[in-house]
Amino acid sequence: MLKFIIPLILFIILAVFLALGLNLKPSEIPSPFINKPAPVFSAPKLNAPEEKLSPADLKGKVWLFNVWASWCVSCRAEHPVLNELAKQNAAVIVGLNYKDEPNDAKNWLETLGNPYNVSIMDQDGRIGIDYGVYGVPETFVIDKKGLIRYKHTGPVTAEDVQQTFLPLIAKLQAEP
Amino acid sequence: MKRLLFIFLLMMSGSGYAVDTRQLSDPEQQETYETLTKELRCLVCQNQTIADSNAELAGDLRRQVYEMLQQGKSREEIVQFMTDRYGDFVLYKPAFKGKTSVLWIAPVVFLLMGLITVFFVIRRKKVAANLHSQTGALGMDVEKQKKIRNLLEKGDPS
Repeated sequence: MLKFIIPLILFIILAVFLALGLNLKPSEIPSPFINKPAPVFSAPKLNAPEEKLSPADLKGKVWLFNVWASWCVSCRAEHPVLNELAKQNAAVIVGLNYKDEPNDAKNWLETLGNPYNVSIMDQDGRIGIDYGVYGVPETFVIDKKGLIRYKHTGPVTAEDVQQTFLPLIAKLQAEP
Repeated sequence: MKRLLFIFLLMMSGSGYAVDTRQLSDPEQQETYETLTKELRCLVCQNQTIADSNAELAGDLRRQVYEMLQQGKSREEIVQFMTDRYGDFVLYKPAFKGKTSVLWIAPVVFLLMGLITVFFVIRRKKVAANLHSQTGALGMDVEKQKKIRNLLEKGDPS
């Protein structure tokens, strides 16, 4: 009897591990930033390079930090979703224009619409490194105290907005 | 044959070139730079190190390592900088701690499990073989076989 039970148990364990492995997404790396302060930066605004923005300017507000670029194909897919989200005025949306040409970026926003309250430029990708950005688009949700509460890697879909972003934003807006 | 050799040489040649050629003035720092870029994972093309990868992010991370070395930062500080931002996943050799312990221990456990299994299999075979030599060809007790032979030869005495 034992002769059959042991291989069966081993097989089940192996099957469970393989099934878990199949459903993991190695491209989604857990962010070490959750519940940590948003890294500090001071970056020129896309539409007014002489003005700078830093996270301190957004203290007391719930904001989304969306990393985008005009060369990024998935960002194009994500863009209408962000436009919709912006209409709802649920939170401030800050864009990080990552490793992009300012003129390309401006054209992009003109043709596809601008969901961002403000976009800042990160031409050499240093702010990206500070935020652990490895694939564009990425979206961070930052609370009123300036802590990163959530990170989304890859394009945000309409379902993500309904199921994750809006409930989270509502919760964070209710926090002092 | 010549063609095979040619193909072989072609295959070998690719690995000889590094993606970038940054040089630090201090040879010790240069060494740290070279080992570090071989231990940090390119997060876009996950199975390459940043030394091997041509991806934009890998280039940026190499620049970051280079600049931090120029600023006199130590190896540990750079590794800390990277894991603070990208998590343990960025390291090809993650540090041994709670979260990563399974990674380090699992291979040893599996090896032990294998060795134990082999040990038991061999022992069982040995026991079976011993039993076999004690018994006759029919796999029965030698005593019983003698009895049977007797019965066959002489007939039932009763």
